[in-house]
Amino acid sequence: MIAGPFEPKIVAFCCHYCAYSSADLAGSTRIQYPPNVRIIRTPCTGRLETEYFMKAFEKGADGVLVAGCLEGGCHFIEGNLCAKRRVNYVREMLAEIGLEKERLRMVNVSAAMARPLADNIIDMVDTIRKLGPSPLGKASPSRKRETVA
Amino acid sequence: MIVAQRKTIPEIMEIVKRHDKILVLGCGTCVTVCLAGGEREVIIIASALRMASRIAGHPLRVEELTIERQCDNVFIEKAAEAIGRNDAVLSLGCGAGVQAIAERYPEKPVYAGLDTAFIGVLEERGVWAEKCAACGSCVLSQYGGICPITRCAKRLLNGPCGGSREDRCEVRADRQCAWQLIYQRLRGIGQVDRLREIVPPRNWSSNLDGGYRMILREDHRI
Repeated sequence: MIAGPFEPKIVAFCCHYCAYSSADLAGSTRIQYPPNVRIIRTPCTGRLETEYFMKAFEKGADGVLVAGCLEGGCHFIEGNLCAKRRVNYVREMLAEIGLEKERLRMVNVSAAMARPLADNIIDMVDTIRKLGPSPLGKASPSRKRETVA
Repeated sequence: MIVAQRKTIPEIMEIVKRHDKILVLGCGTCVTVCLAGGEREVIIIASALRMASRIAGHPLRVEELTIERQCDNVFIEKAAEAIGRNDAVLSLGCGAGVQAIAERYPEKPVYAGLDTAFIGVLEERGVWAEKCAACGSCVLSQYGGICPITRCAKRLLNGPCGGSREDRCEVRADRQCAWQLIYQRLRGIGQVDRLREIVPPRNWSSNLDGGYRMILREDHRI
């Protein structure tokens, strides 16, 4: 079997009120983004606990993207600001563990920002591609490319 | 409550590097409340150790358990099986918890995963402050409930020192002057006259003398 190019596996935690909707909008307006992201809908990024990020990396995710509402625009007032602080904490912890902190990133979009969300995903995939596979991932770098409508 | 904070992952890795199987043992009391060694922190630190050890090429098997209280034999018993299954214990309890576990299991290496810091309170979300030095001879009644031994940088009993600026300590400008607080508090409760009493030098034998302290209560002994 010939090993294909490295295709990052990225877990994207998307807030129901913004990023998840904008991903939906990207789909309905035919805006393309790489199929490397596995989107998990969350009620608010403020619901994301430190251990969720840790588990994602432990299970072999090459990167984790947290997509929340624009600052000041959180449906629950300040959930996205809590998430920002938590993401920063985990980024420092990743460095302690020996992983690049760039593997975890938070972005802010509104429900109407399908293009910026796609651009953020493209940029994240690019960053992870440059960093290479997570040392915690499965041994085989070959991962079949999927298609997204 | 006792307030602690976690050691860094490289520090912990260095501590446990001679073992293959460790138990990360949390405590459900003080360190849970100060978000340093409770059930959630056990999950986070165990996960971090698993990842760090895999990256370092020496994968650790890490088991997770949290008991109600590590400083109490009744609860320590509940960890017996898990402790038996592992090569060593990384305790996320305070210093008392770590030592209680170590005393109970003499053949098992027990390590501290936290740095125990002080007896304090939660001031606001994510901010803890020291309030008590456990000096063994409480003077709070003289000072309106504000401890000069803990909260005055110079531990003055006949303050203030004269160096404070507004209500800020001259030693650390981000801290409040304890004597300012004492004065305000005593004025608020109508007891400023207490400050006219000159307090003699303190007898530190209740704290820094004669080894570790013990309390014996004959009425409770069997």
